[in-house]
Amino acid sequence: MPCILPDGSVTESAKKVLSAAMEEKSPEEIAKAAGLPLFRVRSSIRELTEAGFIELKDGKYLTTEGGRKKI
Amino acid sequence: MDVEREETRMPLLGEKAPDFEANTSQGTLRLEDFRGSWLVIFSHPADFTPVCTTEFMAFAQLYDEFKKRNCELLGLSVDSVPSHIAWARNIEEKTGIKIPFPIIADGNKEVAMKYGMIHPGQSKTETVRATFIIDPEGMLRLILYYPLTTGRNMEEILRCIDALQTSDKYNVATPANWNKGEKVVVPAPIDQESAEARLKEGYDCIDWYLCKKELKEE
Repeated sequence: MPCILPDGSVTESAKKVLSAAMEEKSPEEIAKAAGLPLFRVRSSIRELTEAGFIELKDGKYLTTEGGRKKI
Repeated sequence: MDVEREETRMPLLGEKAPDFEANTSQGTLRLEDFRGSWLVIFSHPADFTPVCTTEFMAFAQLYDEFKKRNCELLGLSVDSVPSHIAWARNIEEKTGIKIPFPIIADGNKEVAMKYGMIHPGQSKTETVRATFIIDPEGMLRLILYYPLTTGRNMEEILRCIDALQTSDKYNVATPANWNKGEKVVVPAPIDQESAEARLKEGYDCIDWYLCKKELKEE
C-alpha cells in the first residue's frame, strides 16, 4: 500500500489525512484541511480504511485509535 | 507460436470512461477518485525521452491553468513507478520544473489497452501520445491522438477544456479557432419557423444557420 510503508509507518501525506480526520470530516473537508488534492485523499482514505487507521462514521471519516498512533 | 491477441474496442466520445485501478507515482489511484473534477489522462511513449520530456515540462508549466478549470492531470506510460519518480526528479533537477501530477505505471498495459493507447502501427510496446478529456461525471468528452514523433500543444488542450465547459454551461457551440471570451455559435434552428425568426433575434449572423453571439459571463 503506497501510503503505508513496509515498516508499518505511514507517508507524510497519509499523516496529514489522519491528522485532518481527528474530527469527523468528509473527503472534501479532509482535502481542504490537509492541503491535498481530493483524488489523493480518496485514495489514502481507501487504504487507511483497509488498514483500520480510519473509519466511516455517519457518512464522515474519523481517525481510529490505531490511526492516531501513526501520526 | 500463436500469440493470443485480446480484442479491445477503443472508447468513443459520449461513453463512460473505462474504470481502472493503477499504481502511480502518487499511490494507487482509481478513475472514481477523480469524480467531480475534469480529468485529462494522457499517455506518452517512454520516460527519459526527449519529446515526452518537453511535453511533461509544458503540462507542468500550465498545471495551475488546468487547476483553475477544476481539471486534474494524469500521465501514463508502460514504465515503472521508480522510473517515473527518477524522471520527474531529473526534470526538476535539470530545469527547475516540478512535475505536480501523478503518472500511471502501466507495465502490463491494462489501462493502455482499455483506452486504446497502443497503436501497433506506431509501436507494439509503447503508448502513443493519446489524450482523453473526461468530465466530472466520468464521461469521455474529447480524444486526441498524436504519433510518437509529434509533441502535443497543451494550450490546445486547455482551449478544448474551455470550449467543453462553455458549451455545457451556456448550451452553445464554439467555432473554429475559438478562444475563451470570443463569440460563440448559437445552436442551429430546429425548424423553418425558428429559422425565419433567427435573423431577427439580434445575433451576428452570416445567414440563418450560422449565427454568433457574445456570452454574458456569469
